[in-house]
Amino acid sequence: MANGFQIVVLGSIVPDPLQTLEPVATPQGPGLKNEQMLPAVLDPWAASALYEAAALAAKAPGSKVTLLSLGPKAKLQQTMMAVAQKVPFELVALDGPAGGFTDAREVAARLAAAVKALPGLDRSRLLLFGGWESASRSAGVTLQLVGEQLEIHDQFQGVDELTVGPDGALRVLERVEGGRHQVSVCPSPPAVLGWATGNLPEPKNNPQVGMANMRTVMPALQKAAAAPVGVGGVEFASVAVPKAQRETRVVKDMSPDEVARELVEWIKQD
Amino acid sequence: MSSASTPESLEAPARQSMAVDIACVGFGPATAGFLTTLSRRLADAAKPPLESAASPGLPLQVVCYERADDLGFGVSGVVTRGRGLRAAFPDLDPSQIPMAAPVKDEKVLYLLDPVGASRRSAALRTGDAAIRAARFALKTDTHAVELPWTPAFLHKQGGFIFSMGQLMQWMGAQVLASGTVQIWPATPVAQALVEDGKVKGVRLLDQGVDRQGRPEGASFMPGMDVLAALTVVADGPVGAVGRQLDQALGMPEGNARRDWAVGMKFVVDLPEDTPLEPGTVLHTFGFPEPEIFGFLYVHPDRVASVGIFVPSWFESPIRTSYRYLQHYVQHPALWRYLKDAKLRSWGAKSILESGKRGEPLLAGDGFARIGEGSGSTNVLTSSGVDEAFTTGVQLGEGVIELLEAGKPLTRENLEAAYVARRRASWVEAEGRVAERARDGFQRGVATGLVGMALSGLTGGRFALGEEPPHPAEKVGTLEAFYAGKIAPEEIAAIKRDCEAKGLPLHDALMDRAGWPAVPLDGKLLVSQQDALLVGGKVQAPAGYADHVVFVRPELCQACSRRVCVEICSAEAIRPGDGGTPAFDREKCVHCGACLWSCPERIDGTDQVNLSFRAGAGGLHSAEN
Repeated sequence: MANGFQIVVLGSIVPDPLQTLEPVATPQGPGLKNEQMLPAVLDPWAASALYEAAALAAKAPGSKVTLLSLGPKAKLQQTMMAVAQKVPFELVALDGPAGGFTDAREVAARLAAAVKALPGLDRSRLLLFGGWESASRSAGVTLQLVGEQLEIHDQFQGVDELTVGPDGALRVLERVEGGRHQVSVCPSPPAVLGWATGNLPEPKNNPQVGMANMRTVMPALQKAAAAPVGVGGVEFASVAVPKAQRETRVVKDMSPDEVARELVEWIKQD
Repeated sequence: MSSASTPESLEAPARQSMAVDIACVGFGPATAGFLTTLSRRLADAAKPPLESAASPGLPLQVVCYERADDLGFGVSGVVTRGRGLRAAFPDLDPSQIPMAAPVKDEKVLYLLDPVGASRRSAALRTGDAAIRAARFALKTDTHAVELPWTPAFLHKQGGFIFSMGQLMQWMGAQVLASGTVQIWPATPVAQALVEDGKVKGVRLLDQGVDRQGRPEGASFMPGMDVLAALTVVADGPVGAVGRQLDQALGMPEGNARRDWAVGMKFVVDLPEDTPLEPGTVLHTFGFPEPEIFGFLYVHPDRVASVGIFVPSWFESPIRTSYRYLQHYVQHPALWRYLKDAKLRSWGAKSILESGKRGEPLLAGDGFARIGEGSGSTNVLTSSGVDEAFTTGVQLGEGVIELLEAGKPLTRENLEAAYVARRRASWVEAEGRVAERARDGFQRGVATGLVGMALSGLTGGRFALGEEPPHPAEKVGTLEAFYAGKIAPEEIAAIKRDCEAKGLPLHDALMDRAGWPAVPLDGKLLVSQQDALLVGGKVQAPAGYADHVVFVRPELCQACSRRVCVEICSAEAIRPGDGGTPAFDREKCVHCGACLWSCPERIDGTDQVNLSFRAGAGGLHSAEN
């Protein structure tokens, strides 16, 4: 692609996956117990999308990666210190709640508006990346809704690989049933790609990348606009934890089949 | 920032380097004090900007590299007078910091042994019998006696209870929001770059290596060299960089790090009907062993921190802090509050209890030392966080003074601007009072307590006991520790049995010594592995080398005590094949207790046979 891609990655923070989460009722609606104290990470699905975006940008000169995050500013600030050393990107931040109980439609509307407001937005180069699923916001429908609001019709979910042909066409591998992939070819951007895990390892921490990113990250956080999603319009009838309680063991010599069998049994307890 | 590439050999990938002005190692309370002070100056638009020498035209480039995966991970809870904190944050409102509460009520309890398994001297047994005989008058229905009076130097009235994790996150957020400095978590520093006695910066840890540190193909990324005019060393008492400098540059005459403890604690949700008020502080001694001190701090919202300190002068070779902590929380004086409590976090940390005697060279060409690793902890008042924070503030003020005057960050200038400030402060004055306060513990608990009181009440003029020996010399033998309780032949049989099963000794020996089985309830009393994974949320990223290395396997094989296995807070060190312990990086919480518990000194030097290096990962809880 002559001028590279404009890759916008949608992703926000979720509680560190190792934390114990407990839903509670708050005056603002359902929330997580001690949510303010829970360590946060970039949603692992979105992180995968970000690393794929950086890898694609490195191969397509002239590309630019923007990370668009809607989350509480203070938590975003801290999380960015762990993310910014990984790959080059520019941050656009929206200051609002990132909990799992915010309505995907509301969040999508804010994100779509923020994408439209990006300076120099060129739909002919736009790739909208995000997680196929989300560790926090519902079942990963937000990305799809953003795509719809931006009237992007080529949408791919469960993406494990994206290659760009000599003619600029996008060849996409999407996960389908049975552990197989569906191969699609999209002639050109714009497109929405909801990433699965992809094939890339997590990038190493690179202090130089971190220092370069921070030149835009901190100003972006300082001017983050308020995005008060989830303040009304949605009523949660009830919130409950699964019946199956966590039981932790460290095992290093179990076969994947045995692990899977145990997990299935555990899930069936519900 | 400027960068360059410096190939080391034809085979190895190029090691990158970059230049900044100030590089900090570790983000704890000391660095928080330093960066708070410096960032306020850098953000002050009313003053002339401090320009970068490393990147001309830019503001001063200040970076901080923190080993743990996030800010506030792997630190411990605290009760503090908070004098330094109040000075830096005059409008400090504890309600703005999660888990912070003003100290409201403070008690010291002597705990009797309700199970009859602890090792108590004849004098202590006599005292216990006298207390029990007077139990109605003394109200010992919970096997505990509240001391009617405690000296003022032990009090924290007017101070705060904090979760250090939350306090560090709060301070980190304030500093980062200034936009003037950068704090990078998950970035361990391997070593300082030392040339001709001068520190030129730091080298970050190699990534993409196997357990032995060997490059793993294309993923290998040599740790970057970060060149800096000033390296601020604040990596705590077991930090790799601080200990490297001690070895390379030597300690001041007469100073050494010989007194240690490991603090381990649970953070718990108290039952809904708890009578404990936020701000309540209990200090305890006497149980589970007389040498082990304990605490309970009550945070807001029915949360409490409860834990113990296991010191290096506790002669037992099976000084397991986890099993002892489980018995501690079940003591009736505590269990009445903790019976229906639920574990929410867990952690452990080494504490350098040498105080001023453990003070290294505080400043040199291109470097300065602050915080606990700089010997700031007050071992008389059992206070370290406020002191560490204050040393950071002092360095910050000194560095600003030098930069504004355009003076280089040399030893001479840092001595005048930082060390002189420190020497003139309350940290120094009170540290001197405390210098010999704990020497009495070398002769036993009772002498130690009397010695502390004597030292505190006389302003440090008088003390009991003598300077501690190398901690390896304080590790006794199993036969001596269990004399009269377990016969040597039985100890030998238990050792053989545990060795055959690949188990540490402590559970079998404590069971045999009369400690009751811990009734695991899945709430507070959980297995050590569950404490790791449910409480500590421990993990380690791939691609880093093992940071615990047994230097000479033959010394481990000949070692009859293997205290490293017994004290390991996380069961990361376990009995290994052939007698050399096995280390599992994925479980390590980086407490460093193995370092000062190794009883095998190499060739009679102060170096022990366990090398504790810079490493990644560890706790993922910010509530400790």
